[in-house]
Amino acid sequence: MKFDQPATLNPIDRARVVGKPVDRIDGPLKVAGAAPYAYERHDVAPNPAYGWMIGSAIAKGTINSIDTTEAEAAPGVLAVLTHANAGALGKGNMNTARLLGGPDIQHYDQAVALVVAETFEQARDAAKLVRVDYTQGQGKFDLLVGVKTAQPPKSVQGSPADTSVGDFDGAFKSAAVKVDQTYTTPDQSHAMMEPHATTAAWAGDKLTVWTSNQMVTWAVKEMAKTLKIAPENVQVVSPYIGGGFGSKLFLRADALLAALGARAVGRPVKVALARPQIPNNTTHRPATIQRLRIGATKDGVIQAIGHDVWAGDLPGGDVESAGLQTRLLYAGKNRKTTHRLAELDLPEGNAMRAPGEAVGLLALEVAMDELAEACGVDPVELRIKNDIQYDPEAGPKRPFSSRKLIECLQQGAERFGWSKRNPKPGQVREGDFLIGMGVAAAFRNNMAMPSGARVAIDGKGRITVSTDMTDIGTGTYTIIAQTAAELLGVNVSDVTVKLGDSSFPASAGSGGQWGANSSTAGVYATCMTLRGMLAQKAGFNAEDALFEDGMIKAAGKAIPLRDAVGREGISVDDKIEFGDLTERYAQATFGAHFCEVAVDRFTGEVHVRRMGGAFAAGRILNPKTARSQVIGAMTMGVGAALMEELVVDKRFGYFVNHDMAEYHVPVHADIPEQDVLFLDELDDKSSPMKAKGVGELGICGAGAAVANAIYNATGVRLRDYPMTLDKVIGGLAKA
Amino acid sequence: MKAFTYERAASPAKAAEAAVANPGAKFIAGGTNLLDLMKLQIETPTHLIDVNRLGLDEIAATRDGGLRIGALVRNTDLAAHKAVRRDYGVLSRALLSGASGQLRNKATTAGNLLQRTRCPYFYDTTKPCNKRKPGTGCAALNGFNRNMAIMGTSADCIATHPSDMAVAMRLLDATVETITSDGTKRAIPMADFHRLPGNTPDIETALAPGEFITSVVLPKPLGGTHIYRKVRDRTSYAFAVLSVAAVFDKQGETRFAFGGLAHKPWRVEAADALGSRGAAAVAEAALAGAKTTEQNAFKIDLTQRTLAAVFAQKEA
Repeated sequence: MKFDQPATLNPIDRARVVGKPVDRIDGPLKVAGAAPYAYERHDVAPNPAYGWMIGSAIAKGTINSIDTTEAEAAPGVLAVLTHANAGALGKGNMNTARLLGGPDIQHYDQAVALVVAETFEQARDAAKLVRVDYTQGQGKFDLLVGVKTAQPPKSVQGSPADTSVGDFDGAFKSAAVKVDQTYTTPDQSHAMMEPHATTAAWAGDKLTVWTSNQMVTWAVKEMAKTLKIAPENVQVVSPYIGGGFGSKLFLRADALLAALGARAVGRPVKVALARPQIPNNTTHRPATIQRLRIGATKDGVIQAIGHDVWAGDLPGGDVESAGLQTRLLYAGKNRKTTHRLAELDLPEGNAMRAPGEAVGLLALEVAMDELAEACGVDPVELRIKNDIQYDPEAGPKRPFSSRKLIECLQQGAERFGWSKRNPKPGQVREGDFLIGMGVAAAFRNNMAMPSGARVAIDGKGRITVSTDMTDIGTGTYTIIAQTAAELLGVNVSDVTVKLGDSSFPASAGSGGQWGANSSTAGVYATCMTLRGMLAQKAGFNAEDALFEDGMIKAAGKAIPLRDAVGREGISVDDKIEFGDLTERYAQATFGAHFCEVAVDRFTGEVHVRRMGGAFAAGRILNPKTARSQVIGAMTMGVGAALMEELVVDKRFGYFVNHDMAEYHVPVHADIPEQDVLFLDELDDKSSPMKAKGVGELGICGAGAAVANAIYNATGVRLRDYPMTLDKVIGGLAKA
Repeated sequence: MKAFTYERAASPAKAAEAAVANPGAKFIAGGTNLLDLMKLQIETPTHLIDVNRLGLDEIAATRDGGLRIGALVRNTDLAAHKAVRRDYGVLSRALLSGASGQLRNKATTAGNLLQRTRCPYFYDTTKPCNKRKPGTGCAALNGFNRNMAIMGTSADCIATHPSDMAVAMRLLDATVETITSDGTKRAIPMADFHRLPGNTPDIETALAPGEFITSVVLPKPLGGTHIYRKVRDRTSYAFAVLSVAAVFDKQGETRFAFGGLAHKPWRVEAADALGSRGAAAVAEAALAGAKTTEQNAFKIDLTQRTLAAVFAQKEA
């Protein structure tokens, strides 16, 4: 099905199953430990050997030699693989650095060897006996230095690095009220629960990897390219994923090394990265420096808005697209955005939950708070005042498909009790706590990706949906079952969902919050094809047929689904493809975050006391799983605001605090009550599901609301994330 | 993890004897720190002496009104003990501010005293660290040192001791009781138990090779108000950026000990006497001779501010 015209009334609009808070259908498997994860596939890959990755001890330079003699002689060791004996390897299109380094080293902890042994302990122990002799090179690790020679990247997520409308410089210069501030965000780690892990096995020249990967179709192509084998010879299986947040979008070292190891020892090999290896071996969200200039009239109408972004990455890498939302979020006739990429030799920067917006809004939405104060306009009102219903760069010819930012702000403010906020900072005190409230807009672009599915009904009427779509903890199993149940007129319990296997039809995968809308749209397309076939079999006109209660009904007749299917069953493959509606219409998801903090007036410790958010993201397919996504993302926003930072050691060129003890993410005690409101919205231009994504929307702006609340509580305006207590006390009155 | 041999000790003296006989040996109790370090090959014992079955898990009153805490009393049990909660509140609070419930269930009293620093360079075997590998240098000195020590540091090491429990024990003037392989027993005041780094940061305590901790003795209760204020970068499960243990007794006597400032629980007796003059005076005396870096200089201000919070809490 090609989706190139806005949807009209369709069978999803019956919303008897879709849109209901159905419990996760995979929940019982997970709580019982019966959902098999990549490192635990003894059921299908028995007698595995264990691989241990060795990472480079230097960030930049060359391997002179690797002495594996001692390691190979160690108890239980089956093989030691390095660049010297792994065979010729390619590099995936989406990897910036090679997954097996040597002789050139591109970053710290880049894999340089794999030790394969009978047991995990033997492999890890023998790894310490591998002697790697390096010549250290001169690396570039300091973003502040890198910005001096930073260059415009070729593109930023497929769009130009720079945009400009009107006369920004002139309008900013002559604006009555100006904000001109620079904000910095640090490198961040995804810190998902399940580490990168793979079990690999070969049968002749056919490779199967059971892995933890968000994008099965990409993984097949990248593995084939890296191993220089045919994609037909690669099967990727990834049915359960313990979190990804973008860290598992790509083929990573665990998968490649497991495949190489299995080939070398002729039996299944499994490789999991140890937690301390993850921040430097894999990808991370790159640090940014962002300059925001907003010029407005005295009463807060934006006249000029400019957002300049600097970020670093390895040569050949990409810039963090932190300026993109500024192209779309607020009105303003004169505008410009720029992105500059500094070459750094730090580990590979790449996508992490809401790449671009997550950190872009940390800057933009604090700048808006500063503008609100400068104009003396309420921050909610300021955002409402500068709302715009079309793409402000393209003009009215490109309207938003749906945009309920104002409603989110108003309803969110009402629920949160925003009117009780004292606009003057540092005024509200409870005991030794300074209390403040902050607001920020949420914005995340909507993307749609082609997605296929196979829907089969067996002779007993049981429905099975198969697609290589993944469930990264988001609830994909459940919303796909809901979609099929809705369209075929059955209960969720009548549907089996099989995911994450490259032998199934290719799907959108999980990334960029496109997964839910795109993959269910693929199931929609396939079910609609199937409905046509079944109606025909039943002798009905497809348009007239009603699928409900396990029956196909038309013309006063009702035929049980299984009778229409027949004893042999039926199976159909189809897919959704998207036309140019995302070009004709600006498509995005919106929201408003509210936060109340209590800051210890002595120690500067910040406690988030309440969070509330209102969100508009098209049809909410399952309010329960959607809420889980949003509160998880809000939690990640708190992490970004208050504690998350990969600290760069500029001498050695690596992230120093590379484990979960020292890379702080919020714990339960940091997160209070979170209130989530979804606005009723159907977006007929997004897909036949009329849905958009929510998985990333919740992080967008959440941290800025925390930052603005800190300011309101204390009068201390911080612009350097994370806002740790040392920075807070730097601005507090003497205790 | 290096391959190692293992034995279960039959008595404290036998444990000490086994340790002397195997120079590469380590005692293992809860293992909450040692096992992590072994996996990373930061600790590479050739022999483990399991002391978990030695008893030593009781808390008993001493003749002079104090408490004797067995070396193997788990942190959870110590924090929850009725007499500890009643008479040594600062100790109970310090324990509960540390680690997580699961870790406290395993971690022991002696093991807590002996835990190693969390300096990230100590944890990274590709980096210099005089504590891990004497003579290689200190990567923290000019590296990431926001959370490093500002008191009693040396050119060789600026690591902190991570324990909360030890700070409270130092405040309470606890003594550490030990036994050696020949059966000799001694009592080491907490003030002398942990060492400053000097030029041997790899030697962290006063324990002789093989010397085995049997118990920690708390003197009779001080009474008064007990406060443990831990400042950290998140609300739970983080090591202290700074902590203050304080007792304000009924006679108006005060004493203060600090975590996150030094290679050992930090206490300056001269500062104790200044409680009546307020937070600034105490901080100034406690921090005399402080040596800060650009990243950790805030600890000076934070110490005073946290003391002020402690004074305010006392008044509340």
